[in-house]
Amino acid sequence: MSVITYRQALRDTLRAEMLRDDDVLLLGEEIGLFEGSYKITEGLLNEFGEQRVRDTPISEEGFVGAAVGTAMMGLRPVVELMTINFSLIAVDQIINHAAKVYGMFGGQTSVPMVIRTPGGGGQQLGATHSQNIELFYAFVPGLKVLAPSSPADAAAMLRAAVRDDDPVMLLENLGLYNSKGEVPDGDESVAEIGRAAVTREGSDITLIGYSRMAAMSLRVAEELAEQDVSVEVVDLRSLRPLDRQTVVDSVRKTGCAVIAEDDWLTYGIGAEVAASIQEGAFDYLDAPVRRVAMAEVPLPYAKPLENAALPSTESITTAVKETLSAVGKRVG
Amino acid sequence: MADTAKAKGGGTAKSTGGRRRSRKDSTTPAAGGTTPGVADEKPDVLLDYYRRMVLVRRFEERTGQAYTQARIGGYCHLNLGEEATVVGLMDALRERDYLYTNYRDHGYAILKGMSPRRVMAELYGRSDGVAKGWGGSMHMYDTEARMLGGYGIVGGQLPLATGAALAVTYRGGDEVVMCQMGDGTTNIGAWHESLNLASLWNLPIVYTIVNNFTGMGTSVDASSAEPDLYKRGSAFRIEGVRVDGRDVLAVRDAAADVVEKARSEQRPYILECTSHRLKGHSVVDPAKYRTEEQVAEARANDPVAAFEQHLEKAGVLTEEKKKEISDAVKEEVADAADFAENSPSPDVSTLFDYTYATPVANESRRMPADPVFAE
Repeated sequence: MSVITYRQALRDTLRAEMLRDDDVLLLGEEIGLFEGSYKITEGLLNEFGEQRVRDTPISEEGFVGAAVGTAMMGLRPVVELMTINFSLIAVDQIINHAAKVYGMFGGQTSVPMVIRTPGGGGQQLGATHSQNIELFYAFVPGLKVLAPSSPADAAAMLRAAVRDDDPVMLLENLGLYNSKGEVPDGDESVAEIGRAAVTREGSDITLIGYSRMAAMSLRVAEELAEQDVSVEVVDLRSLRPLDRQTVVDSVRKTGCAVIAEDDWLTYGIGAEVAASIQEGAFDYLDAPVRRVAMAEVPLPYAKPLENAALPSTESITTAVKETLSAVGKRVG
Repeated sequence: MADTAKAKGGGTAKSTGGRRRSRKDSTTPAAGGTTPGVADEKPDVLLDYYRRMVLVRRFEERTGQAYTQARIGGYCHLNLGEEATVVGLMDALRERDYLYTNYRDHGYAILKGMSPRRVMAELYGRSDGVAKGWGGSMHMYDTEARMLGGYGIVGGQLPLATGAALAVTYRGGDEVVMCQMGDGTTNIGAWHESLNLASLWNLPIVYTIVNNFTGMGTSVDASSAEPDLYKRGSAFRIEGVRVDGRDVLAVRDAAADVVEKARSEQRPYILECTSHRLKGHSVVDPAKYRTEEQVAEARANDPVAAFEQHLEKAGVLTEEKKKEISDAVKEEVADAADFAENSPSPDVSTLFDYTYATPVANESRRMPADPVFAE
């Protein structure tokens, strides 16, 4: 067992997948000579050469679409979009093409491609560089959308994404790149796409998150354990398909739920999860489902404003405590 | 190569200059103009081109008819008036070359090697359609024929085709990708991004513009600051060629030239084929935005009629041969329509068969009124 960063897990897995399969090639801005804006592709150009690690011009629509075309020809492109915000420039190729080619042509050709891209606020990058727009992609049948919260998951999900025959969006998180976690030595595990995970068992309340919010939820659960509160944490992991059953099974056990999400509340991922809970666990609910989400503003630059707008361990803890108090469980 | 204009890459193309929208080097020969080269061709080859042009013409007429009878739904864009372009382009491709097109794709699909029966069945939305009824008119696709799709989003096919050419070079193959589009497409971002990538990466691809001078109802002059579209690759050092798209031999020669250059040089090329739609943008479009003169000019330059006359004059096409071809094509088209008519509709039980190629846990298979949790 080694303790490595989320960044290292992604980089090691990319390299291993390229060694395993000659059809895997990388495309993206600054991934070669510059070694990646966030250094996920460090050393890969040197090792694999320009044909397999291809620097692209600033042409998101062009190179994401070109990746779709190479995938239609049977290659396995892994595209890096510098941030999820730039995916908006490629949205026609992602939604109208990558997600449609398999079904629209009656299953004649699959599109085995991966789009890796980090999102997330908290880096003082301002309104256009801090969005969590995963919902746009999680909305679309034909895409598979993954959001790993730990180094081990990042590795296992990237491995799954590269080997899958469908277009997979692997949503990374700027706030997680330096986070550390245990990854088994020589790990070859392949995540099952479409499965959530109970990352901590508990009995008092279900706390649901994904990506950075799943990691944060675990910390909240650990802190509350010291106050004798037993929090069960569900990490969604896969935003499409969404594993409603795991969520609902947990809420049926605990009777109440809080959802932590980094995106905007209205129409957000949490809204879908809350709707699933009311449909699947209505009779088991002892309190309304609470959502902790980003304030509905374009994210500001100034640190106090940005901090105030984003969910935090404090705001999640508050929502958990208020929900427990509503069902008559005293905390601390 | 008759009536061919060229623009070199590297900025040597002459601008038409300022706001004056001159079409001085556009290719619009007078009605009944010559088709040089007929005398140099083998009669069998000429007759085969003629047969293919008539096939596209009759197929599209039949398609329009079926559409107005509501046998075909959705949008329906026909290749009427573009038969010489379609035949010339497809003749220049080798069997193993790849093709991407826009939504005006029926003729290309057939001449790239797809069965007219299965194309018509797709138009009818039947289970024997090439895409089993999932695509319709705008989305013909056949892996075996290497027709990698008709696409409904203007310009959407350009990055895909560019990527397919990248895959060819990645594997060290010698295939060429042809990417067909309309004139309006040269104004979308995907055009500029794709050309830049193809030139930077030395990809074997021919971007083929079918210029009928009208993007739906907006003229090229009203939409393109450089209306000589074949020059628009100059910013990317891509050489462009314009040819009269109503002259099948000129199209074939120009296309064969750029296709083989793309193959041997591993470089992108632009080929612009000018023609006029005989009908509106789609079957339901009465094309009121066109002047009577424009309509009359298009009719007078009907490429099928013109080629027929040339072949008759040259003594290649006899009355007997004409009837023989006409009868054979009629039968082929009628057979395609019968096949489509008799093909069953896709079964509703197949609704969830093509969302994902790799089966995935928790994929939603609920029907509209189903509860999310069935218990």
